[in-house]
Amino acid sequence: MTAAGLLRIEGLSVEFGSGDNLARVLNDVAFEMKPRETLGIVGESGCGKSMTALAIMRLVPNPPGRISAGRIVLGGEDLLQATDARMRDIRGNRIAMIFQEPMTSLNPVFTVGSQIAESLTLHLGLSGAAARARGVELLKAVGIPSPEQRFDAYPHQLSGGMRQRVMIAMAIACEPELLIADEPTTALDVTVQAQIFDLLRSIQQARGMGLILITHDMGVIAEMTDRVVVMYGGRVVEQGATRDVLARPAHPYTRGLVACVPTLEMDGDGEPADLPEIPGVVPSIWELQTGCPFADRCNVVLPWCRQEMPAATLIGVAHWVACWQRQEGRP
Amino acid sequence: MSANSRPAHGEHPTREALRMFARSPVAVVGFALLGAIVALALLGPMLMPADPFDIVAAPLSPPSFQEALLGTDQQGRDVLTGIVHGGRATLAVGLSAALVSVLIGITVGAIAGFFGGTIDEILMRVTEFFQVLPALLFSMVLVTLFTPTLMTIALSIGAVSWTATARLTRAEFLKLKELDFVAAEHVIGAGKGRIIWGVILPNALPPLIVSATFAIGTAILFEASLSFLGLGDPNRMSWGLMIGSSRSYILSSWWAVTFPGCMIFLTVLAVSLIGDGLNDALNPKLRERR
Ligand SMILES: Nc1ncnc2c1ncn2[C@@H]1O[C@H](COP(=O)(O)OP(=O)(O)OP(=O)(O)O)[C@@H](O)[C@H]1O
Ligand SMILES: [Mg+2]
Repeated sequence: MTAAGLLRIEGLSVEFGSGDNLARVLNDVAFEMKPRETLGIVGESGCGKSMTALAIMRLVPNPPGRISAGRIVLGGEDLLQATDARMRDIRGNRIAMIFQEPMTSLNPVFTVGSQIAESLTLHLGLSGAAARARGVELLKAVGIPSPEQRFDAYPHQLSGGMRQRVMIAMAIACEPELLIADEPTTALDVTVQAQIFDLLRSIQQARGMGLILITHDMGVIAEMTDRVVVMYGGRVVEQGATRDVLARPAHPYTRGLVACVPTLEMDGDGEPADLPEIPGVVPSIWELQTGCPFADRCNVVLPWCRQEMPAATLIGVAHWVACWQRQEGRP
Repeated sequence: MSANSRPAHGEHPTREALRMFARSPVAVVGFALLGAIVALALLGPMLMPADPFDIVAAPLSPPSFQEALLGTDQQGRDVLTGIVHGGRATLAVGLSAALVSVLIGITVGAIAGFFGGTIDEILMRVTEFFQVLPALLFSMVLVTLFTPTLMTIALSIGAVSWTATARLTRAEFLKLKELDFVAAEHVIGAGKGRIIWGVILPNALPPLIVSATFAIGTAILFEASLSFLGLGDPNRMSWGLMIGSSRSYILSSWWAVTFPGCMIFLTVLAVSLIGDGLNDALNPKLRERR
């Protein structure tokens, strides 16, 4: 599996600040992806999902942040050892990313066409008519009507859903091996959300990309992903094949999430429901705790949960959980 | 590309700004005034090819229809010819000094704002240093160190007047660099140079254009001050030089100073009116688009 893998992350830690203000925003994060796989990252606000994506891109804001440990291996190459020039070559070309907010992700003073063409020029050396032809093709591929005209449109002339399609067109311009979508539909209407997910899925299948889908929504995880990584407080608390994790959630936090999946699709006001209420609050990242970050909210907490973080234990086929309840013995 | 089928709010931002500019009476007056002054400076010397340094009548003759329409200065040179010929130098110094000042200001501000940290710290200390320096005195020193030519005067004015542009650019960069489309640019692998000049700067332009316009007015006044103090280029006729050379006679022979003074006043007024118009046209647009 290692040799054929697309992406392997080992022991990834990201810290902000220093001294008394040190905050470990990611702590020993590890997961793997195979080519063509869709991996979901789920967890509540502030648990480090976006930071994981930025770390893969090596775009953790520095200062104050820094990647303090770990390896991020893309197709055999450790990105944390790559030079800045090499990283610029990889970004947009082998790894692409789309953001949550399509309204602000496009530069307001240039046409969408010129922004799509930029990536083509940067990585494939296309320019002029060739870049335009390829750009129009991409707009067509993401389902934008009359792509010839839209190529010359300014971002403010397009709706949110159209802009997110443009972002997707930009992201897939150079046929990346890996596409990271960070909550790509949060800012969109429900009907448009479904369309964007359909588009992502068909594009991923057609082009054989790996897809990392970051979301709050267990319904999206269930529908879209092959594997899921559940994060809490900067750590991976459980990961495995999506159907295994949904069928046999092992971590108390995952169980809380999964308990609500059937009702998750829509709640009363037609909005997709957010994560269910789990009593307690997320611990402040500013306190560097030694034990399990979920301990204070856990309903099956053991005395030693607060002292030491349990290691990830294999509990099924490629299904890991980091919980003392599933460990043999105690520290 | 049917422009008329687009909704009104879909108008190209630049075109909309131009339309708003054209609708503002203040801007139109400023534009017409500046146009007339520029036309005078460019075409006038061809219509009145006489050398402005020639002596045409008795020194300090008052304005009259027989001899000199606007009078003569203390050396007997024609004031009208001086005004017609002096416009080019004044406008050229104003424009090039503003250009120098804006180029320095944008470069310093962009680098400080984009990189932040120690680089920002150092550049801002330098900016503060130039800001507390008495600008006129410093440019006088620069001009006297080199020979006063249009070039050195423009450079020395530019070198002391860039700080406001630098601060404005830095503030814009601090704000803009956090926006998603800049992050998106990092994500596609664009280099820092491209992000600074090709992505952030175009978005920072509206307020910078306004400030550059005002910089022209400031530079023209600066040139006049230097000339008044006798530090202008003595071989090129300019409005500042005319005021400077006749300043001792202001009470006895008002015309030698008043007419070139009015030209400077009108030019700076025109430039300020245009600046105000641009400000109205560009800034609300800017807020609406974010
Ligand atoms: N510039 C920063 N300085 C300090 N801490 C930061 C900074 N940026 C992010 N963090 C912290 O990093 C943690 C992880 O943030 P991240 O954006 O990855 O969360 P997330 O899981 O994506 O949340 P959301 O679902 O709200 O997008 C948060 O607790 C946040 O407070
Ligand atoms: Mg996030």
